[in-house]
Amino acid sequence: MTQSEFLEIVLPFKDKLYRLAKRLLISSEEAEDATQEVLLKLWSGKKKIAGYSNVEAFAMTMTRNFCLDRLKSRQAGNLKLVHSNFTDGGSSLQQQVEVRDSLDWVSRIMDELPEQQRMVLQLKDVEAYDYPEIEKLMDMKPTAVRVTLSRARKAVREKLLEKHRYGIK
Amino acid sequence: MELNRIKIILEKYFEATATEAEEQELRNYFASDGVAPELETYIPMFAYFNQASEERSAREVPLKTKRNSYSYRWISIAAVLMLMFGLYYGNQIREQREAEFAYQETRRAFGLIAQNLDRGTEKVAFLGEFEQTKQKILNKN
Repeated sequence: MTQSEFLEIVLPFKDKLYRLAKRLLISSEEAEDATQEVLLKLWSGKKKIAGYSNVEAFAMTMTRNFCLDRLKSRQAGNLKLVHSNFTDGGSSLQQQVEVRDSLDWVSRIMDELPEQQRMVLQLKDVEAYDYPEIEKLMDMKPTAVRVTLSRARKAVREKLLEKHRYGIK
Repeated sequence: MELNRIKIILEKYFEATATEAEEQELRNYFASDGVAPELETYIPMFAYFNQASEERSAREVPLKTKRNSYSYRWISIAAVLMLMFGLYYGNQIREQREAEFAYQETRRAFGLIAQNLDRGTEKVAFLGEFEQTKQKILNKN
């Protein structure tokens, strides 16, 4: 397999790997590192790629495992919140800024979720994977996926409502 | 009516029991302009999911081609083999050359001996002359 053939297979889902890694590791630098690591691993095992029925799912699982290992090994001790642009809220903010701020808020809410919920939410609502794919990727039972997803969505709603009420006060 | 329907789907969404089509309907609804004020709270959520799916990795993948090192291995094996063959056959050729040199030297030495021997025989011929003369003198007496 040549380099260009490999890239043709890999590039369509490279960003998905990156987004999942970023969801888990939070820092974009670390996410880039993780993506690179996973792709290099794929590249060094490229002879076996033809044998996989779904390279994307395989790569996603690799990314998930890699990131969880990173988190576990605490090498990622220098995790940082990327979104730190807290606004003072004093002066008249344009609506655009307001919208972006509320998006940042959701992002921060998601960063606080447990890893499992974060992953399921990422796969379902951001990447729009369907349930069977997520079950396979996460190695979870169908009910477990739905329960986790429901919890994650409700947690986000909870925090959003809190914020909303806070805004009114 | 429409709003009620959306609310029901939203509830199903949070219970994770909504179908794919219903979820898509929700996404479309919250991306549109006509979101009811009481549901505005949820706009950032869906907007964020949408935005998050647009995020791109900025780094190029530096693929180190490993096949180079693969062929290097074979090239080095071939080189070692060539070197060994070279040393082996080179030695043989050198030995043969040495043997030929020794042969030539020996031949030369034999040639020298033969030459000197011829010269010796010539001198011995004089001795034969001497003998004849001696016999002549003896016969006269």
